[in-house]
Amino acid sequence: MRRDLTASIVAAVVFTLLFGLAYPLITTGVSQVLFPNKSDGSLVKVDGRTVGSKLIGQSFTVRRPNDNSKKPKYAKKQIKEPNPRYFQPRPSVTAYSGDVTFFNNLGPNNKALMQQFKGYIKTYLALNGPYDQGLTREGIPVDAITSSASGVDPQISQANARIQAHRIAAVRQIPLDRVNDLIDDNTDGRSLGVLGEPGVNVLELNIALDKEQS
Amino acid sequence: MTVNGWLQLVIYFAVLTALVPVLGAYMARVYQGERILLERPLGWLERLIYRLIGPSSRNEQDWKSYGKTTIVFSLVFFLVLYAILRTQGIHPFNPEGFNSAPWDVTFNTTSSFVTNTNWQFYGGETTMTYFSQMAGLAVQNFVSAAVGMAVLAAVIRGFASRGTRELGNFWRDVTRGLIYILLPISFIGALILVSQGVIQNLSGYLTIHGLGGLDQTLAMGPAASQVAIKQLGTNGGGFFNVNSAFPFENPTQFSGFVEMIFILLIPAAATLQFGRMVGNRRQGWALYATMVVFSIALFGVVYGAEQHGTPAQHHAGENTAVADGTTGGNLEGKEQRNGITDSALWANVTTDASNGSVNSAHDSYSGIGGLVPLTNMMTGEVIFGGVGSGLYGMLLTVLLAVFIAGLMVGRTPEYLGKKVEAREVKLVLIGLLFTPMVALIATGIAISSKYGAPSIFNPGPQGFSETLYAYTSQANNNGSAFAGFTGFVQPNAPGNAGSYGITFADILGGLSMLTARFVPLLSALAVAGSLSVKRIVPAGPGTFRTDNPTFVLLLIAVIVIVAALTFFPAVLLGPVVQGLTDQLGFPT
Repeated sequence: MRRDLTASIVAAVVFTLLFGLAYPLITTGVSQVLFPNKSDGSLVKVDGRTVGSKLIGQSFTVRRPNDNSKKPKYAKKQIKEPNPRYFQPRPSVTAYSGDVTFFNNLGPNNKALMQQFKGYIKTYLALNGPYDQGLTREGIPVDAITSSASGVDPQISQANARIQAHRIAAVRQIPLDRVNDLIDDNTDGRSLGVLGEPGVNVLELNIALDKEQS
Repeated sequence: MTVNGWLQLVIYFAVLTALVPVLGAYMARVYQGERILLERPLGWLERLIYRLIGPSSRNEQDWKSYGKTTIVFSLVFFLVLYAILRTQGIHPFNPEGFNSAPWDVTFNTTSSFVTNTNWQFYGGETTMTYFSQMAGLAVQNFVSAAVGMAVLAAVIRGFASRGTRELGNFWRDVTRGLIYILLPISFIGALILVSQGVIQNLSGYLTIHGLGGLDQTLAMGPAASQVAIKQLGTNGGGFFNVNSAFPFENPTQFSGFVEMIFILLIPAAATLQFGRMVGNRRQGWALYATMVVFSIALFGVVYGAEQHGTPAQHHAGENTAVADGTTGGNLEGKEQRNGITDSALWANVTTDASNGSVNSAHDSYSGIGGLVPLTNMMTGEVIFGGVGSGLYGMLLTVLLAVFIAGLMVGRTPEYLGKKVEAREVKLVLIGLLFTPMVALIATGIAISSKYGAPSIFNPGPQGFSETLYAYTSQANNNGSAFAGFTGFVQPNAPGNAGSYGITFADILGGLSMLTARFVPLLSALAVAGSLSVKRIVPAGPGTFRTDNPTFVLLLIAVIVIVAALTFFPAVLLGPVVQGLTDQLGFPT
């Protein structure tokens, strides 16, 4: 018993040093040398300024004054709404938080979840309907009207991007074909052609859009 | 369901099946003390550890001595981890200035990591210092996995032994497993993950002004080194709260594939390690085949259910059909890059193995979809199961199957030439029934008392499912969750100010994990001790064969019947009711 106890205490010290400090710190060192950008979060710069991580979705919003300005309480408050000039990411219940993550967790038969979905559908139709005349509720791909697991899904589906392309082309006055080309350029296919699902990286696509017009 | 989806399943199991005999043979060499290539670069480390540990690392141990060392060892690590997690205020590598979680949450977390469960009531990026993650939690990811593998090696020696009491030496088994199996594979795995974009740094959280016009803060940390071992060691505890759904843990389709292979790798290879060590590889393949058949069947169920979508989607008017450029299905709580296929496959393999990491939100699965992870756990984590613990659980199930077959034909049951008698069968039953008993009793207490209510998030049958899932997961040392279920309330305040635990859920969960880890572990060792002294009777024409398809079928039937008899009423009340109704319920 006592021999087991002393041996265990020694093991606790040795294994903590080995697996708790040496292993992660050496891995950090090697990673930083081999893959410096990826170790640090795949940050993307535009004109020398970091504008986000390629892997972490972010919101693309504009602020406008509150219409309800008669009531002084709201007068100074601005409303954030989707910026029509940019491709919009998937809905998020965490406000695209990169440091406080959680799941939505509403169950499959929960009425609150259905109401969330209805809200997503309404927003999507309001944003894209005016530019894509044929767009109906049935035509919206599921990724656009369900919240992602991480809250920061960096991608949208190709079908979703194709619908939004109509809006982008009209608002930015770029030919639709050109927008579709940019979508293709910024689509991550299945790994090795077969694994996972293809997705369009929203941040990279929006950066490409801005470059197109600068 | 799509052709590509099934193709991915085929590729996954093809790759796994190709790796199993290679790693299985290697693991057998490691535990049989044979010469291996890695002794050249790492042998000095092994010898150094033996020297530091002292004479204990030399003598052979019988099952009682082996079991006692396991308990003492785990107890010491429990105390060390508890102390680390409770002193976060003075940690180095704490750029966010986190304080410790309360005692009850820490008790739960400590129980969770020492037992290879990795159930998490806390959110990694809002609670843990980098020091806690590395020197506390990741160390347990290594050590608890190595303990499981060591105990398995000892149990196998009992099955293979020709009449001696000795089952090996705990210190040697743990050390060799750590240094020659877990460390090198984790290191390579971590680098593969970083190459895909998993982060590995010690920086503070980074606030950037996004292109979209808003500020965004990105959590940082040494994630890759921990993700690699959490998958390989079937631990599963996320570096971040949303686990492997977060792109910094699992950024690409390829990283997802690698992580899924890591999840089943060691439990799957253990079947062939067993085959080698008992000198009959067909026995190992029979066990592997059982696991694969079971796993593929349940993948079909969860894949179909998730592709169909949920009542909430259909009532809202969503179109859940697959079409060009969209996955269709229930993408709520799932990531675009994983789609339906990889989310369903992950949910299946992470609960086949007692891993419990997730890449999607199980709480948002359809009723029948959510039933699959639950069912996988209810088999007692013997379909692959935890590293080590999965196969020793499976071996107990095999003895039960052999016993039942023996009763049917009226012969004394034998396995691998050893007679299975009253003492072994009693121990087998303790080992197999203890865990479900804990899961059901804990669920019952939580549901019937007012103290269980604060943990529940969803109304109606889903709330019951959350509770059942929580205690089934903790008792089976899995660690995945219907994550609406909670035991820790954290306001988003700096340094964890004002956070508190739900004591009832923390303690009940912690006790479930501890008892249901160590009672079956000791039962398995006791069975091995009892079998080890028996002589091996040579196989004759009347021997009941345990390496052919008939036996695989029998084994599957036994697993299904035991799980169904134990859990059917509970499952009916939760996920089955949920899956049968199309009605929506309001939150209460």
